[in-house]
Amino acid sequence: MSDKKKILVVDDDPDFIEQVWAVLASEGYEVFTAGGEDEAREMLLTVSPDLAILDLMMEHKDSGFVLAHYVKKLYPDTPVMLITSVGSVTGMSFAPQSADAQSWVKTERVMDKPIRAEQLKEEVRKLLDAAKAVIRNQ
Amino acid sequence: METIRILVVDDEAGMRMGAERALRNFHVHLNEFAEDVGFEIRLAATGEEALEAIAAQAPDILLLDHKLPGISGLDILETLHGRQDEILTVMITAYASLETAVTATRRGAYDFLAKPFTPEELTGVVRKATRHLLLQRQARRLAEEKRRVRFEFISVLAHELKSPLNAVDGYLRIVRDRGAGNDQAVYDRMIARSLVRLDGMRKMILDLLDLTRIESGTRKREISEVDLSALAAEALETSAPGAAEGNIALHLHAPGRVVFPGDRDELAIVLNNLVSNAVKYNRQGGQVDVTLAADPAAVTLTVADTGIGMTSEESAHLFGEFSRIKNAKTRDILGSGLGLSIVKKLVTLYNGTVTVDSTPDVGTTFTVALPRSAG
Repeated sequence: MSDKKKILVVDDDPDFIEQVWAVLASEGYEVFTAGGEDEAREMLLTVSPDLAILDLMMEHKDSGFVLAHYVKKLYPDTPVMLITSVGSVTGMSFAPQSADAQSWVKTERVMDKPIRAEQLKEEVRKLLDAAKAVIRNQ
Repeated sequence: METIRILVVDDEAGMRMGAERALRNFHVHLNEFAEDVGFEIRLAATGEEALEAIAAQAPDILLLDHKLPGISGLDILETLHGRQDEILTVMITAYASLETAVTATRRGAYDFLAKPFTPEELTGVVRKATRHLLLQRQARRLAEEKRRVRFEFISVLAHELKSPLNAVDGYLRIVRDRGAGNDQAVYDRMIARSLVRLDGMRKMILDLLDLTRIESGTRKREISEVDLSALAAEALETSAPGAAEGNIALHLHAPGRVVFPGDRDELAIVLNNLVSNAVKYNRQGGQVDVTLAADPAAVTLTVADTGIGMTSEESAHLFGEFSRIKNAKTRDILGSGLGLSIVKKLVTLYNGTVTVDSTPDVGTTFTVALPRSAG
């Protein structure tokens, strides 16, 4: 099954990883997981994901942003979804609003924890379809 | 050396010069503080000058003549009353009338000095005011520090309690929505994991109760002759199921009964926390060695494991509250992050010490030394 879409999930919370893994694996995706920035960097050298789902804050406060940049550097066409629990803690929205912020924050989608299974599947499908369209148009 | 700023306000030039002479090279050493205190003296001849000087830079101590030509000393007190910076005012009074004293005190004067006074009387009053000032500052610093620590503790606690709730919440929603396909084994694992996280949360709440009881001192301590050998055997017994799961061998090395005067529950918490950590952070097929040694001066307890160990950077903050080492090896090990801070607090109650010696991937040894002559 080499046409299985590969999704990289990075979070330092093993329960969240388990949840995202279970939901996405049941949809037929090949899910790779990493528990932190270093592990993810290593994994990215051998796996080229079709989508990366990154927790915004891991061991370092900016691990998610840093990793998003790293993913984009290696694989410019791979969409990045940032997941954050910051919103539910602070009530602030971390989704980049302005065009400037969007160009700076290398992400296609920011989602707040907790995520619902259906919503996650839907967003993943949309991002993968959009990425496919971009590649077709090139 | 710390410097205290003094402003001397008096319309008599001789009085101002005398005060300056007496205080210029005066030093105060207070037993409560390591540093000596020196003084920086400024002078003002009128109330107007005084207010100007205060506006430019507030003094720590104000030596204020009651009777001034323009604005009186009492007026100045009135002006200063309610200011944020604490200026300690010593009223200098020529004829100490009771009425003046009462009014001045009401307006915030700290002390009185009756004219005429000797240099020794002056330095005596300044010394007393300095001590008051420094103690007040220290108390404020401590209260501020305490508030900050408390606030930090509560915000970390909230985070630590939310984490298992979020995990269980996430699992339950997926199970409810059948969000992970048709493989029942996946859901079974989610439920099992939810129960583990709830267990962890329960343990954290119990640890928290232990901690608050120790900290508040409300728990009644019952000091008796406790046999640490028996207590250690019980702790090993308690951890036996977990050890069996990891195929970990538990050994107790004790020279028969080791009797120590202490509170049985407190000592049991120390032993249980150390032994359960040694099992939790061990490797498959590893071992835990609990060793008791007694001499006339102290009882020494060591708990050694053959587990994942830690670096010296990791162990540096080990005894702090909610200190948990987060890395790939500990990711699936649950803990409240309170156990070792509880151990440390309890051991301190006995004037004892707890130290750690660890090598990554080799193991960790905790050593608790309890002096027999608890102060």
